[in-house]
Amino acid sequence: MVGKGAFLFSSTTRNLKLTLYGEVRVRMEYVLEMKNISKSYYGNQVLKNVSISLKPGEILGLVGENGAGKSTLMNILFGMPVIHSTGGFEGEIHFSGQKVEIDSPLKAMELGIGMVHQEFMLLPGFSVTENIKLNREITKPNFASKVFGRKLETLDIPAMRKDARRALDTIGMHTIDEMLPVAGLPVAHKQFVEIAREIDKQSLKVLVLDEPTAVLTESEAETLLNAIRILSDKGIAIIFISHRLHEILEVANKIVVMRDGSVVAEGKKEEFTIAQIAEKMVGRKVEKVELTPRKFELSNDKIIMSIKDLHVSMPGEEVKGFTINIRKGEILGIGGLAGQGKLGIANGIFGMYPSTGDVKYKGVTYQLNSPLFALKNGIVYVSEDRRGVGLLLDESIEMNIAATAIEAFGMFIKSFMGLKIYDRKKIREHANELIKELDIRCKGPTQPVRRLSGGNQQKVCLARAFTLNPTLLFVSEPTRGIDVGAKKLVLDYLVKLNREHGITIVLTSSELAELKSICDRIAIVCEGRLSAILPPDASDADFGLAMAGELEGVKTHE
Amino acid sequence: MSNALEEIKNLLKKTDIPTLVIILFLIGLFILAAGTKMSIPSLLSDSIVRIGMNGVLVLAMLPTIRAGIGPNFGLPVGIIGGLLGGLIVMQLQITGFSGFLVAVLLSVVFNLVLGYIYAWLLDKVRGQEMMVETYVGYSIVAFMSIMWLVLPFTNPEMIWAIGGKGLRYTLTLQNYFDKILNNFLKFQIGKSFYFPTGLILFFALSCFLVSLFFRTKMGLAIDLTGQNELYAVSSGVNPKKARRNAVILSTVIAGIGILVYAQSYGFLQLYQAPLFMTFPAVASILIGGASIKRASITNVILGTVVFQTLLTVSLPVLSQVTRGDVTEVMRLIVSNGMILYALTRAPKEAN
Amino acid sequence: MDRKFNIKNILISNIVPIVFFLLTLGAVLVAKIPILFLLSEIVRRLSRNTFLVLALIIPVIAGLGLNFAIVLGAMAAQAALFFVVDWGITGLNGIFLAMVIASILSIGLGWLVGRTLNRAKGREMITSMILGFFANGVYQLIFLFFIGSLIPFKKTEFLLPQGVGLRNTVDLFGVVDGALNRIWMVNIKFITFYMIPLLIIVGLCLLLTFLLKTKLGQDFKAVGQDMHVAQTSGINVDKTRITAIIISTVLAAIGQIIYLQDIGTINTYNSHEQIGLFSIAALLVGGASTRKANIWNAIIGVILFHTLFIVAPSAGNKLFGQPQIGEFFREFVAYAVIAFALAMHGWKSRKGIH
Repeated sequence: MVGKGAFLFSSTTRNLKLTLYGEVRVRMEYVLEMKNISKSYYGNQVLKNVSISLKPGEILGLVGENGAGKSTLMNILFGMPVIHSTGGFEGEIHFSGQKVEIDSPLKAMELGIGMVHQEFMLLPGFSVTENIKLNREITKPNFASKVFGRKLETLDIPAMRKDARRALDTIGMHTIDEMLPVAGLPVAHKQFVEIAREIDKQSLKVLVLDEPTAVLTESEAETLLNAIRILSDKGIAIIFISHRLHEILEVANKIVVMRDGSVVAEGKKEEFTIAQIAEKMVGRKVEKVELTPRKFELSNDKIIMSIKDLHVSMPGEEVKGFTINIRKGEILGIGGLAGQGKLGIANGIFGMYPSTGDVKYKGVTYQLNSPLFALKNGIVYVSEDRRGVGLLLDESIEMNIAATAIEAFGMFIKSFMGLKIYDRKKIREHANELIKELDIRCKGPTQPVRRLSGGNQQKVCLARAFTLNPTLLFVSEPTRGIDVGAKKLVLDYLVKLNREHGITIVLTSSELAELKSICDRIAIVCEGRLSAILPPDASDADFGLAMAGELEGVKTHE
Repeated sequence: MSNALEEIKNLLKKTDIPTLVIILFLIGLFILAAGTKMSIPSLLSDSIVRIGMNGVLVLAMLPTIRAGIGPNFGLPVGIIGGLLGGLIVMQLQITGFSGFLVAVLLSVVFNLVLGYIYAWLLDKVRGQEMMVETYVGYSIVAFMSIMWLVLPFTNPEMIWAIGGKGLRYTLTLQNYFDKILNNFLKFQIGKSFYFPTGLILFFALSCFLVSLFFRTKMGLAIDLTGQNELYAVSSGVNPKKARRNAVILSTVIAGIGILVYAQSYGFLQLYQAPLFMTFPAVASILIGGASIKRASITNVILGTVVFQTLLTVSLPVLSQVTRGDVTEVMRLIVSNGMILYALTRAPKEAN
Repeated sequence: MDRKFNIKNILISNIVPIVFFLLTLGAVLVAKIPILFLLSEIVRRLSRNTFLVLALIIPVIAGLGLNFAIVLGAMAAQAALFFVVDWGITGLNGIFLAMVIASILSIGLGWLVGRTLNRAKGREMITSMILGFFANGVYQLIFLFFIGSLIPFKKTEFLLPQGVGLRNTVDLFGVVDGALNRIWMVNIKFITFYMIPLLIIVGLCLLLTFLLKTKLGQDFKAVGQDMHVAQTSGINVDKTRITAIIISTVLAAIGQIIYLQDIGTINTYNSHEQIGLFSIAALLVGGASTRKANIWNAIIGVILFHTLFIVAPSAGNKLFGQPQIGEFFREFVAYAVIAFALAMHGWKSRKGIH
């Protein structure tokens, strides 16, 4: 909006920018601008100078791996308490041209920002109408409310119904009956009810959709994308977060790619292909590291485990038919985008989640769904969920290292009065050895593991794994949340285990750089299946294509 | 010198407020006792007897807390198994130490079965164990009340003199194993201090055996299940089995515990009585520093010592100021207050 | 998830009232009690006990489960009545004064209970149960040791021999005994209907129905289904829960006064204890669960539960020759019904069904 004339002293004065030519231009172009946002959690910087902007009706596709900073950025936008209780953030947010302070979800809602979260925020026993109007119900005063206050006003169900119907119709959901209880609805309809709830808020200007299609089928997702287009036509700006890159490309106007807390690429949709997006999401500069050579050559004839058509139902990381041969003595990397299934493989083999498939270990049929079977056959798993699965947080370092060995193998046991009990002395000696070998920084073997830093906790997990005398070691996300120095130590230790002890290692990681630095070959998982096996020196572009599932054929590295 | 002070400060920081309050109150009572020229040795002696008497029942709380199920509010189940053992011994008229031994063995057998069924039920209601335990306990006590009237016991010392059918409320153990442990190697210091060696030895032995148990594979499996079920699974442990073992162990210990209590008290108490043993035992282990999710032998011993001493000392001391039944009320307030505190503590683990 | 609407499902979801009905029917037939007497007793118990059972409904809806802490409301009622007796205020005045005092006390007590339960989210039922026992201890401390000493009490005939502490029974005869009952009685064929309590109960039913149609009622339902979702939508979950408990406690206090004026005597150290257990058992017998309760559960529950209550001793006598067995059986049934409801709650929670 350009108007000639210099002096307009009103509330819009703030929005005026006097240019050199005396023209007055009102900066109402953008409905949302987040400028130079930075945030640290306890010294760990998770957002570095991130800026995004949105025009009314614009659809922004926000992509990035888990940990790239998308959720943190949205939490800041929505004023979530966790941001403010950990030191706030730097940078500014401008809404409809004015600087705003968003310090609570309520404030965000008042401004006109709506968010549809990943987990459904619906009440199953309420009807669609009641959910759409949750805590914004339309009420009529009555005798009691005049005496005791507004909480006793009666609900005006017919008026609420009308609003709900209107909201549903706006996004094209004519078939959803607004009086049905939400509990019986199919998953897709629940998602639409969530969206309807947001757009029923009359002042909605910006809608954030966090992985809205994660639980939808292809056709349901299509319907949702249509709904998004309808909203965009009405002038509502949308931030669309998804791991399904083809959807992003379908519906977004512009794309922002985040990695490691920064924006690494942005531009109009037309400027990107899926492979390019994938590449930007994971590509990273890698320093070439010289690894110690092996004592023997790897060969396709010496297979330690063959996996055929593995299916694992791990929520969020489903495996839908993965096939690979693991060579004896190699370090095999498994990579891929989040949610595509790479984490499910190790979890499935080890028996943490229900799985089916044809797996042979050392030539013999392998029993799935049994951690005990895996352990007894020398297969050890270091979980990606360090604190949840890998450690007993309130137990000592020495017990964390030894407990599994005691349970599964009866190690560290002595006889006492006819009973078989564990030998504290031996456990302590063993713990001290490993503390020295792995350089675990601690006050002693009896210190509770909770107090250790992330890196040292990971070392304890590795110590636990090593105590179990693995022949085949599955490690997932070993350097997540660890400082740079500790990262190197962990990776070096894995190489050492491989070269000096001949342990076959399967390393699953979302950090391509990590995989490239120590693996002999890298398998990429896409849509729960093997997409490609690439050598560590393959180009970022190739990796990008493989992660997007677009690499021609399945390249196996000889 | 300052090191000792530091240690004491750290210890105080780790102790719960209610425990501190109770200990202070206890010290106050002792001062009052000394002030009113009461016999401290006899107070101590009584306290020691009550500690040994109740300790094993408190020990029964340990396995279920460590398995992640919380304190065993269904203690009556195990108590009934113990009572059945004692009743059969009386019916068969087995006296003396052999009577006690047979009672214990029978109770273990009964409680292995009862515990197994009880564990099956608890597994089905995983997450709501404490409530279900409590009301299962009540139901069983009420059911057994009917049984006590109907079961064919014939020993005239056990049944009602008038009418001749049904067991009495309390049965005296005078001719059987009354004080059999207490009197074993009992010794005396001065005029009023008796030390019930056998009883304390038994309690100490029980604690020792249980602590040894938790160093076996089965015991470790229970610990792992209670601390982090996923870690346990990834160590090859079957959490369902581990919890079941913990419940059975707790039930067995409870059966032995009630027999230890009965031999010291001199009576087997039937009908409503088993209900009154549960909450004091739960409160004791909590007073000793345990939480709903974590407990150790130290908690058992410390808690029993503090709680039982409190009850023993308060009766004679306070009855100089007011009526004697103030101890009953105090027991109610202290034990339930302690459990309430434990239930409303915000969990320490944040994320 | 489609729910097949067939006989099997109806049976399973209403299994408790059905089994209980059969049990009661059996006991009635065995006991051979005259029907007119039975009906007359049932009518009386309806007017005496229903109000208390209705007090349990709101906390169930608000997700707090079975409110074992209504005992505190009952204690407040008794405390109020003790003072009404002491000050010699009789008849309707006594009832009103007692209700006012008890309600004020209950608001405070309910607030405390609500605060405590908010600190024990996920463990509300066991916490309210223990809270009830704890409060009972404090109640005993006050009425066994402070009355007559720290708190002056004029009517010394109600005190224990030493002059401190209330006796085990406090007679309401001549004070408020039957004060509500006698206002309007209707006799149909030897069955007496005490109209005022019955009308009060009907009034409460209407009030509860109205409440659940208001914004506050909607908040209760929201918080009861999912605290996290309710919180995110801006509802003050903690405050809503406290409100629910306060309402429940105040209603319990009024209900206990209605109960006691019918019985005519206060069992100083027992009346409130039993009332908690029996009210909860009755609600469950009527088909409620730890997460769902309505007015019909209360009414049907009172009828079924108290019928069994009346006939059990006779049935026990006829079957076993010992009426004592019948009494133990009543207790067993009350506890077992609650144990069963809690087990169902635990089982369903484990399976993720609501």
